[in-house]
Amino acid sequence: MTLNTSTKGAAIDIRGVSKFYGSFTALDDISLRVEPGEFMSFLGPSGSGKTTTLNLIAGFTDLSAGEIRLGEQSIGHVPAHKRNIGVVFQHYALFPHMSVAQNVAYPLKQRGIAKAERARAVDRALQKVQLDKFAHRYPSELSGGQQQRVALARAMVFTPSLLLMDEPLGALDKKLREVLQLEIRRIHRELGSTFVYVTHDQEEALVLSDRIAVFNKGRIEQVGSGHQLYTRPETLFVGQFIGESSVLRGVHRAGGTETALTVAGTTLVAPGQAKTDAAHVILLRPESVMVQASGTGLKDGMTNILGGTVREMLYLGAAMKYEVTLADGSHVIARTPTQDEPFAIGSAVELAWNPKDGTLLADDGSTAGHEG
Amino acid sequence: MKLNLPRLLLGLTCLLIAIWLVAPTLIIIPMSFAGKKSLVFPPQGFSLQWYENFFTNPQWFGSLIVSAKVAVMVSVVATVIGTMAAIGIERMRGRAAGIIRAVLITPMIVPGVVLAVGIYAVYLDTRLVGTWTGYVLAHTLLAIPFVVIAVGANLAVFDERLETAAASLGASRLTTFFTITLPLILPGILSGALFAFVTSFDEVIVSLFITSPQLKTLPVQIFSSMTRDADPTVAAVGSLIFLATSLIIGLGLIFGMRGRRV
Repeated sequence: MTLNTSTKGAAIDIRGVSKFYGSFTALDDISLRVEPGEFMSFLGPSGSGKTTTLNLIAGFTDLSAGEIRLGEQSIGHVPAHKRNIGVVFQHYALFPHMSVAQNVAYPLKQRGIAKAERARAVDRALQKVQLDKFAHRYPSELSGGQQQRVALARAMVFTPSLLLMDEPLGALDKKLREVLQLEIRRIHRELGSTFVYVTHDQEEALVLSDRIAVFNKGRIEQVGSGHQLYTRPETLFVGQFIGESSVLRGVHRAGGTETALTVAGTTLVAPGQAKTDAAHVILLRPESVMVQASGTGLKDGMTNILGGTVREMLYLGAAMKYEVTLADGSHVIARTPTQDEPFAIGSAVELAWNPKDGTLLADDGSTAGHEG
Repeated sequence: MKLNLPRLLLGLTCLLIAIWLVAPTLIIIPMSFAGKKSLVFPPQGFSLQWYENFFTNPQWFGSLIVSAKVAVMVSVVATVIGTMAAIGIERMRGRAAGIIRAVLITPMIVPGVVLAVGIYAVYLDTRLVGTWTGYVLAHTLLAIPFVVIAVGANLAVFDERLETAAASLGASRLTTFFTITLPLILPGILSGALFAFVTSFDEVIVSLFITSPQLKTLPVQIFSSMTRDADPTVAAVGSLIFLATSLIIGLGLIFGMRGRRV
């Protein structure tokens, strides 16, 4: 047997997949398609089902319901070792009794590849992760970052059409994470395989992915590019999980193409229609909110105006960040270009924004704050 | 220099305990070179005749061979069964695993005489008294707990996620066991095998019950020799075994240190 060195990524089709542990539902009827060669991240808090989904694709856990297809093949019930999928684990999972070269050669040995070709492939893979000089070291003699590079080389040396990564950078410090993120992007471009990357770090997902699937409580909330998720979140959970935001809760009154929402005694306008009578909120990104002196009033189509008191002011170099407390006690974050005379803490200000910059979302009860 | 009394007392106590621990073993060495046929300390005269007797008398040398053969078979059988049991228990978890583990370890807790009487009763019915099968079965029973404990301790620190990784790389469960699990729990298996060998080699209580004039293990031969006459060959045997175990343990320590690279 020889190695197929030119890989094409394979599509993954997840159809109606569920996973139950006794009475606990870890995954609830998930459907998702990852395109060939795509870099897709599964993003969500811990316990949201993203790792369960990855384990189902890899074959480490059994499906409770549904189907998973890799390319043309249904793999839902194929044993893990016959799926030909590369996996990189958060804890590296290098074999401690084998040298770096032996670790990387392991999947090739299982595939019965001849010794000479094996050596060449190992060398190529180690060069790709810049560790060709460490072939004869043992894992315990390497740093965390180097170990994860070896794990990456081992997972891609047999040129799988799909590479799964389960928080591969979770155990590394921030600087090293950023370096390895760039390397993973480069390797993805060079390999052409489909990548599925599990993370709870939204920044990492934004940096790496073509598209992101946001998981919450065993369901997928939304799938889209980072830009789509940031600018047009479909649920409050997604809006709050990706990027910084403020949430205005109030009483809404439907009408025409816009919805009026009364927040802290002021009536605000949000684009779109509230589909139900259930509570709705306006989600605001810090950069779309203007902070102006009280009594300034309407300016440049910024027709939504709310009064408040500056609670915190942070100087960030090119920008300033304000945290403003509203009459009802809630807070709004605003990021503005640096001003020569910033508003002092405690001063009364007006927050103004263009109604179309706010997003009207059903209130699903999620509160701000992510883990990562 | 001032004499440090507490330190001196500590040193003295340690020395006394050390003597207390090794003296009974060391005392047999001079006794094995006794000139006359009497097991006394200090020995009188000097000769090598008891060593000569051990190697030339079929009663003695034959029993050594029997013991060695039984111990080798026991260490193989007990290691295989004990290792499989330890892995099964580790993977099962839960209450059932705890019960199975407790059952496997009982031979270590039950008094030897009780076990011996039971085994003897069963063997009388099944004609296993004084047979190879009889010795191997009985000693394996006694050796399995040691293997289960040694391998279990090693499995407790074994990272099962490595097996998941091996599966993702294309290795079947059997291949994974032989290429990943086995090499990593080998220290536990080897020490289990050594314990099993030793357990069988110096087992005396059960062996006394199931022995026969045709098939006698070394400890039984020593015991019957001691009760019949005070033959200094016993001291010669003891010295040889002491030498052999010291060598084995010494080598084990040296290689054990070297193997600890991972």
